[in-house]
Amino acid sequence: MRIFVCIKQVPDSAQIRVHPVTNTIMRQGVPTIINPYDLFGLEEALRLRDSFGGTVTVLTMGPPMASESLRKALGYGADRGLLLTDRFFAGSDTLATSYALSRLIEKAAEEQGMPQIVFCGKQTIDGDTAQVGPGIAQRLGLSQLTYVSAIDEIDPDKGTITVRRRADHGVQVLTSRLPAMITMLEGSNQIRRGTQSDVLRAAQAKVTQWNAAAVGITDLSLCGLRGSPTVVKRVFAPAARSEKAEMIPAGGGGSATATALIDAIFKRQPALEEDLISAAGGY
Amino acid sequence: MNKIVFDAIVVGAGPAGNSAAYTMANAGLNVLQIERGEYSGSKNVQGAILYSDALEQMIPDFREEAPLERHIVEQRIWMMDDRGHTGMHHRSDDYNEDLPNRYTIIRAQFDKWFNRQVRDAGATVLYETTVTGLLRDPRGQVIGVQTDREGEGYYANVVVLAEGVNGLVGQRSGLRSELRPEDVALAVKEMHFLPQETIESRFNITGDEGVVIEAMGTITEGMIGTAFLYTNRESISIGIGCLVSELSRVGKGSPYQLLDRFKAHPSIRGLLEGSEMKEYAAHLIPEGGYRAIPELVGDGWICVGDAGHFVNAVHREGSNLAMTTGRLAAETIITLNQRGQACTKKALGAYRQRLDDSFVMKDMKKYKDVPRMLEKQGSTIMDTYPRLMNGAAQTWFRVDGRDKKTKENEIVKAAWHVRGLGLLGDAVKLARAWR
Repeated sequence: MRIFVCIKQVPDSAQIRVHPVTNTIMRQGVPTIINPYDLFGLEEALRLRDSFGGTVTVLTMGPPMASESLRKALGYGADRGLLLTDRFFAGSDTLATSYALSRLIEKAAEEQGMPQIVFCGKQTIDGDTAQVGPGIAQRLGLSQLTYVSAIDEIDPDKGTITVRRRADHGVQVLTSRLPAMITMLEGSNQIRRGTQSDVLRAAQAKVTQWNAAAVGITDLSLCGLRGSPTVVKRVFAPAARSEKAEMIPAGGGGSATATALIDAIFKRQPALEEDLISAAGGY
Repeated sequence: MNKIVFDAIVVGAGPAGNSAAYTMANAGLNVLQIERGEYSGSKNVQGAILYSDALEQMIPDFREEAPLERHIVEQRIWMMDDRGHTGMHHRSDDYNEDLPNRYTIIRAQFDKWFNRQVRDAGATVLYETTVTGLLRDPRGQVIGVQTDREGEGYYANVVVLAEGVNGLVGQRSGLRSELRPEDVALAVKEMHFLPQETIESRFNITGDEGVVIEAMGTITEGMIGTAFLYTNRESISIGIGCLVSELSRVGKGSPYQLLDRFKAHPSIRGLLEGSEMKEYAAHLIPEGGYRAIPELVGDGWICVGDAGHFVNAVHREGSNLAMTTGRLAAETIITLNQRGQACTKKALGAYRQRLDDSFVMKDMKKYKDVPRMLEKQGSTIMDTYPRLMNGAAQTWFRVDGRDKKTKENEIVKAAWHVRGLGLLGDAVKLARAWR
């Protein structure tokens, strides 16, 4: 089975510091990590490879330093890493990013064959749009399986996949045709610890780097800032809420605490109290 | 997995490990470095002062790229009592030189940079991998390491133990004994952020100039220990540490309580005012001196940096000794490698000779008696004398209608009252330990 996994290098949000004076994000020295949501896709890909055989190729677009993320993915056990890097891609929004990544996938498919599954992160922790995966699926004509909590079955002969998907009001069990683009739900698995040979191979691997021309992108107006209709209007730190959380001490038994909690809610939302009382009136 | 045999495996990516790996990789050796942290520097804690010389020996133009905070133009040494301090300040514009001698640094950034030089020099570096033990052949020669990842281990002709103060691999492998509480200090540190302009006006510095304060006295409650305050570009590193044996014996509060008291001290409080504490850390420092240095070489292994107990506690030097021992160990290995000689205990003994010839062992030997003297005289030096000194200063500087002769007598009497003939003994002991 041929599996591609798209990952993104993001700043480690746990270690980002806001400058105490200027209130801007201090990027200097902030370590980067693989977008945590991508790791659920990577682990699922590695598990499928372990049971069906085949290869896992990890792809990313970003500055040259993004190769560190690919190296890390290799350390988890991925077989190959591909970096698409070009200054023309700077400032890409989700439209331009999904365009560039789909070109990268097509180029990689020329060499390796079309993947049966492309995993993407559910969303990134720095952009939070959840648009790039579906954008890639749309451009490449892949079935879209988002918010997948488990892969129940794959039938390589029939070319179908059955997954469980989190929906608004429950769990959907979906069977779809391959090839598919899948985004895995957080918590659906846990990334493994690479073996000694994995991390050694990763540390010594040469990550393949391609630029725009190498993946056949000729129309640069579809890339980077020029290819991105999204405009950032303003960046600001949200004002701290003046209202502080009210602590309700947990003494005097469960029902006393519950009563205190209800009282506190009604005190702030008198309309809610009236509504509930009138709604309960019929009973 | 194909059995690759590296020329050397370096355990740890602190100053000692990075120096060893860099020097060997630069000489063309096939080096594997293994670090337990997410990156080099992620787990490393120091005040931190970088002494240029040790690094210059390896990377002469490090100043062009290394993340440095401020070069030191002023050193303050304070003897503190409960209400104030008496001290010595040394400042000179001469330190605004082209190639400054000392810098404040932030280790998470500096080590990461240093480690990148190691990789660029050609070493293979593994992160998030903890070495759990040594692999030996039937004759007992160390031939590699085992790690906490699944696999049969990594192999090399020699293992450089740069694993830091705890030296767990060495300990588990029976190469060294457990740390003695008398030989190790526990230090805590906080990073306080302030605007650059505030730091500069508060310490009377401009540009990249920096100030260092080292303090001792009643702040450690009579325990053997010191405190420090270093200016970074936009933050102040402040910390305090005491010997572990003292902390457990005297039991006068935890290091954090000492640090809180130090920060609240009238001499310090104003320097931190308005700052925001954003980071805190704790670390062990090997301060047992020369006599605490463990066995440094064996068949297939060699020990550098904190793992070798290379810290000059009197002069607050450690990272420079780590870098130098790392480099000297590497040079020893390079020579053997070039001659095609095996890294036996006997062959690696040349490392010991290199150490003896360098400032490292000369300094370690010079102060070999200081820890012992402190063990006996600790509270006198940390508590009695700072009090006497501050008392004397007050007597001397107050203008209160009493004549100077009376004041002099009062100062002498106060000292005599507290220490008597012990004064003479202390002076002799100190002089002998210092010799």
